[in-house]
Amino acid sequence: MGSPARHTMWRLIKLAAPFWRRIILAALLGFATIGSSVGLMTTAAYIIAKAALRPSIADLQVAVVGVRFFGISRGLFRYLERNISHDINFRLLARLRVWFYRALEPLAPARLMQYRSGDLLSRIVADVDTLENLYVRVLAPPLVAALVGGLMWVFMGSLAPSLAITLLIALALAGLGLPLFARQLGRRTGEEMVQVRAELNVAMVDTVQGMADLLAFGQGTRYQEHITALGRQLARLQARMARIAGLHGALGGLLMNLGVLAALVVAIPLIRSAELDGVILAVLILGVMSSFEAVLPLPAALQYLDNSLEAGRRLFEVVDTEPVVPDPPTPASLPAPPHGSLDVRELTFRYAPNEPPALNKVSFTLPPGGRIAIVGPSGAGKSTLVHLLLRFWDYKDGNVTLGDTEIREYCQDDVRSLISVVSQHTHLFSCTVRENLLLARPEASMEEIVTATQQAQIHDFIHSLPQGYDTWIGDKGLRLSAGERQRLAVARAILKNAPLLILDEPTANLDTITEREVMRELLGVMEKRSTLVITHRLVGLTTMDEILVLRGGRIIERGRHHDLIQLGECYRLMWEQQNQTLN
Amino acid sequence: MFLCLRPLPWPAVNLDRRLLRQGFGGPSPAARAARVDLILTVGGGLLAGVLLVLQARYLSQVVGRVFLEGASLGDVQSLLIALLILALVRSGLSWGSEVTANRIAGRIKRDLRRRLSAHLLALGPVYATGERSGELANTATEGVEALDTYLSQYLPQLALAALVPLAVLSFVFPLDPLSGAVLLVTAPLIPFFMMLIGSIANTLAQNQWTSLGRMSAHFLDVLQGLSTLKLLGRSREQIKVIAQVSGRFRQTTMGVLRVAFLSALVLEMLATISTAVVAVQIGLRLLYGRLAFEQAFFVLLLAPEFYLPLRMLGTRFHAGMTGVAAAGRISQILETPIPLAQSPVHKGAPISPSPNSPIYLSHVHYAYDHGQRSALNGLLLRIEPGQKVALVGPSGAGKSTVAHLLLRFIEPDQGSIFVGNVALNDIPVAAWREQIAWVPQNPYLFHASVADNLRLARPEASLDEIEWAARNAHAHDFIQQLPQDYDTVIGERGERLSGGQAQRLALARAFLQAAPLLILDEATANLDPELERLIQESIERLLQGRTALIIAHRLSTVTHADQIMVMQSGRVVESGRHDALLEQYGLYRRLVHAHGLEREKSG
Repeated sequence: MGSPARHTMWRLIKLAAPFWRRIILAALLGFATIGSSVGLMTTAAYIIAKAALRPSIADLQVAVVGVRFFGISRGLFRYLERNISHDINFRLLARLRVWFYRALEPLAPARLMQYRSGDLLSRIVADVDTLENLYVRVLAPPLVAALVGGLMWVFMGSLAPSLAITLLIALALAGLGLPLFARQLGRRTGEEMVQVRAELNVAMVDTVQGMADLLAFGQGTRYQEHITALGRQLARLQARMARIAGLHGALGGLLMNLGVLAALVVAIPLIRSAELDGVILAVLILGVMSSFEAVLPLPAALQYLDNSLEAGRRLFEVVDTEPVVPDPPTPASLPAPPHGSLDVRELTFRYAPNEPPALNKVSFTLPPGGRIAIVGPSGAGKSTLVHLLLRFWDYKDGNVTLGDTEIREYCQDDVRSLISVVSQHTHLFSCTVRENLLLARPEASMEEIVTATQQAQIHDFIHSLPQGYDTWIGDKGLRLSAGERQRLAVARAILKNAPLLILDEPTANLDTITEREVMRELLGVMEKRSTLVITHRLVGLTTMDEILVLRGGRIIERGRHHDLIQLGECYRLMWEQQNQTLN
Repeated sequence: MFLCLRPLPWPAVNLDRRLLRQGFGGPSPAARAARVDLILTVGGGLLAGVLLVLQARYLSQVVGRVFLEGASLGDVQSLLIALLILALVRSGLSWGSEVTANRIAGRIKRDLRRRLSAHLLALGPVYATGERSGELANTATEGVEALDTYLSQYLPQLALAALVPLAVLSFVFPLDPLSGAVLLVTAPLIPFFMMLIGSIANTLAQNQWTSLGRMSAHFLDVLQGLSTLKLLGRSREQIKVIAQVSGRFRQTTMGVLRVAFLSALVLEMLATISTAVVAVQIGLRLLYGRLAFEQAFFVLLLAPEFYLPLRMLGTRFHAGMTGVAAAGRISQILETPIPLAQSPVHKGAPISPSPNSPIYLSHVHYAYDHGQRSALNGLLLRIEPGQKVALVGPSGAGKSTVAHLLLRFIEPDQGSIFVGNVALNDIPVAAWREQIAWVPQNPYLFHASVADNLRLARPEASLDEIEWAARNAHAHDFIQQLPQDYDTVIGERGERLSGGQAQRLALARAFLQAAPLLILDEATANLDPELERLIQESIERLLQGRTALIIAHRLSTVTHADQIMVMQSGRVVESGRHDALLEQYGLYRRLVHAHGLEREKSG
């Protein structure tokens, strides 16, 4: 194990650490289970061998009791061990998921742009599921095997040291040598298998989620062939793996038989020379056989170890990513309402040091209750500005202050608690309408919800649904039309009731009538709030206090609607373009 | 394996008939090969079982002769060599059956994957959205893999569990009828317990599979909506929700497992106590000289082997359980009826669609969600060849449903669609779709390079053609700025491309496909006006000489259409050219009014 792998292992073990008492208990119970099997078989062998010598029945009494005891204890120990170890598994699983999400959450969305959602899903579910086995399949088997090995060392050693050495060699070969050998054989295939499986998963997800596009272009069959080809490749790799794994199982059985034979070869001369009681021979054979139970799970443990390390490495890679935006060590407390004005001064921002600035010396002031619109073509830096205000990215050059305090000084969540956002990408969760709305304010009463939805002109629609507010909105809420989704987003914003409102292209996907209606509803929401409207559609801008025209990260024009029309430059051109076809 | 007491959950007769029929039934070469492999696997296991009996016999002879007759190593040499050979042969058999067992699983999984993807594609995008695409994708990937251990381990073990004990018994009985009787009496108890608890555990297993699927759907949802959660200040709260979901999963799974463990306990007791009973009983008979040592030791060696296959079935129980649950869900998907006649029954030669026929929708009704959400109510619509027809109207009017119908993602509930004199569903779907280029509002970008994403429209397109199409869609410039321009891999849902960029790629696809019928569904919705104007010019070029259905919210894009259909609540309420419609003082005028209001104010 290389040093990074050891480091990963160490961190993984630390994740399981809170359960160490249970883990030790489970390992002891596992040992007791195998100990019972060894006890059962050796005492049974003893009874038979001894009986063949026709002793008095009293000589067998103790052994008979032993057989009965071990016959019962094995099952009980196994039952307890299983309950505890599986319980550990699931507790570990829950802990891992929460741990991972907790680390992931501060990374969103800036740091997560590089991961695709399908990939993230496979990480959190599959990798965490792999680690679920960390205890039962990776940590426990070597512990149990070591304990059983110790027991057998003492037991065999008490008979003859050469026997103890013979057995230990056989056990070590089966438990350590064989797995390492098989791993060496299977490593390349295993890596390829992971690769192909990932590709197959992506292909499947693409097929399901991109089905409309596939079918429309008549590419369904081709994609299917792609899946079939990947499936065939996977089957080939799995077959190769099966030959290795099969080798592994076969050699394991062979080693046990060889162990028995070796023990016979060592013991027979000892019995001949009367150094060993003949009764022991039968006991020996069954003892050797039953002790192999302890090393059988070790090959699998090694394989799980590799998988766990790989899964752990991937998870740690995400977890170790620094959040783009750190919270200040001692965050400033939010100013009491009214919160004062939002001041942006000379704000300059680049996504990467060698990239051109996405924002270049942008300045404006949004007083309480004020309305500012930022317009411009796509790529002008409008979304960047929103991301900075929402603290999704951190800024270095320039200032953004809210109530005279730099927003960097506040806790990110506090900043966001002051802002309601209606954007064009409204994510509706797979749950009921009510739950989707309650996200904005969990403690909202039904009346408040209805007031919000009425104001957003969506109440009647929800009411007409078969289950009303309890209607499940499907995968990504796609069954609702764009207008309905936006109205739900507006209702959320109303419910959240924050003093600052950011409208980020809220009507991009709407028809003109709906756009007009949604804008009207939004005007209501804007009352008594400071509003920042980001748009490339020049609609409803006459009521704005100031319009900033952004291009290439710079403000190139600013003023009220009429002034900008009078100016006759960029804004006016955009305006005419938008309306020219309606003459 | 010889006498190893394996960890043992609990056995149950988990058989999924549908899966077995699909995998092994029928005269197809694949099914025949699967049957041969199954026979080889089970036959190999059975032969290994018989050799095991032989091994026990030789072993008891060695011990007997050394222990009671004082034989030396040399005296038992030939027996030891025989044991060595037996061990080698058994290893070979065990290797062989593992390989053949895996071949069975590989073949069936491959076949299932193929059929699942085919069936899902046949069910169409409306089904895939409704049924939570995350869960479907999970079943198609993890679900199929869950069958692996079921097919390669559980199934052969099931056969061995029946055969090997019988083989062992047939050797023990003639030698020692009393021990044979003990074994015979206890053996039926094991399958009895299996079946008793089997049905309960199966139900629980189904639940567990469902909750696993829901759990991954939940995670996908949370991860995709993480930004929204953050905006609402709810992302931390999800920690609790995830803990709860995991907790529930733990509870359901532990519920299943506790039943399994308890029954495992009963079976374990049966096996170990019977072994103990056999040991004590033969020990006592030995004591009174009613049995020879060799026979007694032989029986003792075989007693655990008698129970072993049944107990091994138990270790495979988990695989069997998840396998059957996954198989159930897979069968369920495969048996969902396909709403669309993918390959209609033709009277005579297949009818190929003619690009020069009018398309006519006659009194079409359609409702989503099994008739619960009405989208079209007796729609009448006619598209003449070469015409540019625009569909406008408020959201929810049913405009996109028309596109879905023409693409044959769905079939009308009532009414029919004709192409010339031919009913649309008499035309093979694939041939029909070849005639259509579709630019959807939210195009899907596949996990592939930009070039491959564009090639979707025409797989054989050269790089020059792709670049030409991208230039026409004004996508070339931004593609060139990507790290590896046309070779840049873009991800699921185009995470790294903006909506406008994705839409331009979709337009480029349409340019590449050059089909006679174009459906533009809000094709420029995500673009800003400047870009839209540029693209509008290219679209005009694209439209020349083609029939087009243009769905738009933005009226500026449709004023030049030959025919504007104004839709409301699933019907066409007005139709005509732009000027004529304006004079009707109807819905269209109101839509236009809404658009132009600003201008009137400022003008």
